[in-house]
Amino acid sequence: MRSLLLLATFVFWVPPLQAVIETYEFESVQMEADYKKLIDELRCLVCQNQNLSASDADLARDLRRETYEMLQEGKSPQQVVEFMVARYGDFVLYRPQFKSNTYLLWLGPFLLLLLVLYLLVRRLRAANKPVEVDAAAMAEAKHLLEEKEPGK
Amino acid sequence: MNRFVLPLAVFVLMVGLLGYGLRLDPKKVPSPLIDKPAPAFSLAMLDDPSRQLSTADMSGQVWVLNVWASWCVSCRAEHEVISLLANRNLVTVVGLNYKDEPADATRWLKQFGNPYATSVIDRDGRVGIDWGVYGVPETFVIGADGMIKYKHIGPVTHESLEKKIMPVLKELLS
Repeated sequence: MRSLLLLATFVFWVPPLQAVIETYEFESVQMEADYKKLIDELRCLVCQNQNLSASDADLARDLRRETYEMLQEGKSPQQVVEFMVARYGDFVLYRPQFKSNTYLLWLGPFLLLLLVLYLLVRRLRAANKPVEVDAAAMAEAKHLLEEKEPGK
Repeated sequence: MNRFVLPLAVFVLMVGLLGYGLRLDPKKVPSPLIDKPAPAFSLAMLDDPSRQLSTADMSGQVWVLNVWASWCVSCRAEHEVISLLANRNLVTVVGLNYKDEPADATRWLKQFGNPYATSVIDRDGRVGIDWGVYGVPETFVIGADGMIKYKHIGPVTHESLEKKIMPVLKELLS
């Protein structure tokens, strides 16, 4: 019985899951929403393809704490983003800002689309254009055709 | 013949770009702090926690800040190179003991030797965040004007010391 109990302990014992998200208390629903949005959009520098909310890296935890504390102090989400970018660069943002060195990034796909549309229209127009043949060539062709006809 | 030229050109361009991309290290994120003032700190010294070292104390001189921790394996790898740099007596090398137990850190220095003029304790890593530290070790070169001139991410090797850090130091010191 005792060994059975022991076995059951090992079978059913679930190690306390290390909560990736610390439980923070928020003063308002808005602040909590801001916090969640921020940690979803900020990148964890250590594990590069995870955002802060998904990462269990030490630094991610620290940056979540920083985010939380800044919001608690009454800072705006924009200020939190500026704080992170000043320290870690644009790379922390999963959604790059729209500014001079990201114009190509944001507008590139549309520019490519315009280019392809232009090429497509040009090609279609060329295909539909009636073939122009100059009068002299036409006359010669007619002449050749007529000449061949009797000899047939 | 001519119809192959454009696709070939595009292909060569793509291969060039992708080849270049392959050679980049995605772990090296350029720091926005280069040529910006070094973030200020005032932290307790590891060897004497009752005394503080602040960035203001370092103003007017070229110095190096090396972020290290006893739990950091690569720090052990670069320890020899950092010691070499410190022994040249060109610049003051300050250690930032990042998220470490002071007792472990002291033992680490005793075991491997202490290359630092002094190490300061960043227990909770907040100063690390201000400096944009995301992986230990990291090494910063700060000019006499208090600006960060260079940042090295990862362990400093003999090659990176001679080819990257020394030229920056020499230019700052000349």
